[in-house]
Amino acid sequence: MSSVILENLPYSKPFLFVDELVNVDENGVEGKFTFSKELDFYKGHFIGNPITPGVILTECCAQIGLVCLGIHLIGIEGQEINKPRIGLSSSEMEFLLPVFPGETVIVRSEKLYFRFNKLKCKVKMYNAENKLVCRGTMAGMIKIDTDV
Amino acid sequence: MGKEERYQKLRDIIKIYLPEDVSIDQISEESHFTEELNINSAHLVDIVLDVEDAFDITLENDDMDQMQTVKDALRIIDLKTDK
Repeated sequence: MSSVILENLPYSKPFLFVDELVNVDENGVEGKFTFSKELDFYKGHFIGNPITPGVILTECCAQIGLVCLGIHLIGIEGQEINKPRIGLSSSEMEFLLPVFPGETVIVRSEKLYFRFNKLKCKVKMYNAENKLVCRGTMAGMIKIDTDV
Repeated sequence: MGKEERYQKLRDIIKIYLPEDVSIDQISEESHFTEELNINSAHLVDIVLDVEDAFDITLENDDMDQMQTVKDALRIIDLKTDK
């Protein structure tokens, strides 16, 4: 299942922030991403002191925690999962530790509810030392384009 | 619970999700949730979930599709609470 999810993600480099899914079921998902030192935003955030922007950590949490899980949930509802249309509708995040270039993070997301195409989750990101990097609650709308 | 009481209860739920540029006074039975009250699809789901809790009912996908105006919502609530 996880390879099918990755194939259907509507992202590509340089804005794909999912490498692999470790685990996915109807209640949650766990996935990994390594922030390559070559990523473009490190040139400017910050000058001479590259640190992963919080907005990118949020995006990584959303891609793994909401989009990957959302695609899975649509799949188990029996719908075809090609061309998912998605939109982030809310996020409330707290950032606890910096993530430097080259670090690998794990995102764990727990479903609060998935109803009427809206998925709301509690997400947590951990670094390679298993320390909490950021956490929050986010929600998005996800549906399959049926008119194409 | 009377009709007027249901309407007030629904208005109290809707007002939480109104954007800043829409006032409570603009809510009427004829109001269209997305086109007139500028409520987005994610907040429309929030309204439905709050309605379920407040009236102790369960809405299906079909109900959601039909719920375009405040009046639609009241009709669905009436139907479900009568059962």
